[in-house]
Amino acid sequence: MSEKKKDELLHDHNHDGIDRRGFLKCMAWAGTGAFCVIKGGVLNSYSLSRMSEISTADMMGELSFVQISDSHMGFNKPANPDVVGTLKAAVDKVNGLSATPEFMLHTGDISHLSKPEEFDTVDQILKSAKPKDVFYVPGEHDVLNDDGKQFLERYGKGSKGGGWYSFDKKGVHFVGLVNVMNLKAGGLGTLGHEQLEWLEDDVKHLKHSTPIVVFAHIPLWSVYPEWGWGTEDSAQALAYLKKFGSVTVLNGHIHQTMQKVEGNVTFHTAASTAFPQPQPGKADSPGPMKVPAEQLRSVLGITDVNYVQGQHALAVVDSSLA
Amino acid sequence: MRRSVSIAGLAAALVLGIGVWDTGQKGSVTSAQEKMSTMEVKIDNFSFGPVALTVPVGTTITWTNRDDIPHTVVSTDDPKTFKSKVLDTDDKFSFTFSKAGTYPYFCSIHPKMTGKVIVQ
Repeated sequence: MSEKKKDELLHDHNHDGIDRRGFLKCMAWAGTGAFCVIKGGVLNSYSLSRMSEISTADMMGELSFVQISDSHMGFNKPANPDVVGTLKAAVDKVNGLSATPEFMLHTGDISHLSKPEEFDTVDQILKSAKPKDVFYVPGEHDVLNDDGKQFLERYGKGSKGGGWYSFDKKGVHFVGLVNVMNLKAGGLGTLGHEQLEWLEDDVKHLKHSTPIVVFAHIPLWSVYPEWGWGTEDSAQALAYLKKFGSVTVLNGHIHQTMQKVEGNVTFHTAASTAFPQPQPGKADSPGPMKVPAEQLRSVLGITDVNYVQGQHALAVVDSSLA
Repeated sequence: MRRSVSIAGLAAALVLGIGVWDTGQKGSVTSAQEKMSTMEVKIDNFSFGPVALTVPVGTTITWTNRDDIPHTVVSTDDPKTFKSKVLDTDDKFSFTFSKAGTYPYFCSIHPKMTGKVIVQ
């Protein structure tokens, strides 16, 4: 499909082609969300800021929904002193869609400092969105100081353990995972044994043809472990999803859009509605760290890793899955 | 009082060449406690600086978050020897180290951020 305006960064993990000397270069900042449509069991994702370029035919499918992320309500510094305004702008874009999406996913960092008034403000703004259902997973900024108690009280009704859950919409199985709790020194995001067991059980009885959409805050693939942009035990989670023909993983956390395809699994990260973050390795990092970046590949058997990074829109998934 | 432990620690430090101490070890510890010295750790660019700090017993360390992003300062032991609340930009957290030992710590929001305090 379309190759236009695509800015590809091909990154080979073996040779670590990331330019560490690169200067700080922020993504063109869309500050919105992603429109997702499932067609023929395959999820396509488009940046809301580029919807005018997407044909009506492309927007039609069995099911459509919107992903927003990282609203960081309470943040008030450069590059964005008005995170209320930009979240409202995202909602306006959702409400301006020709067909109302079924629901919205918020992939975490709703708040900046876990303050009740920050959550209240986001809740208030999202009430004006046409899709009435919003499904949340927490970001690390939502579980500060109280191990997620407040988050669970507000958004975790009907969820299991630390807030994970699943639901079905029009034949698609959605799984919300929590990977921001009990983080260990030096480590990445973590799902934990209890959640992994639950996931195994949750998908065990589903037909292999069931499209699966997994959403969690921190990427479930190793975007850039040096900055903590990955999840320690995501390989185990993905192993449970290996049998399915169509698996999509939606994440936030890194405040920029990225996409990767590995076998039957397509990974997307969403832009923040609040502020952008630099591309991996293109700014000062917390320092040298040793993390196995190879875990996902060993599970899925893919050698080369391609980061496909759109300038504005998410790249369209144009590979049909078996 | 676990002075014997402290002295053992000091002896180990001497052997390893970590610290330079005169022979009056007991006196050094005592005077350090009396002085109640203070040290600073700055949080910049998602890192603690200095990343490792060696201080005498009784030192108070103050961490200051100079990033635009909130951080925490949490010891890695269990139960936690120290645990700050979330520190927004320019917020500070202080802890006084009254016992010798090595105290690794991290930011519980960004666990890749780690540091260490060695108290002698």
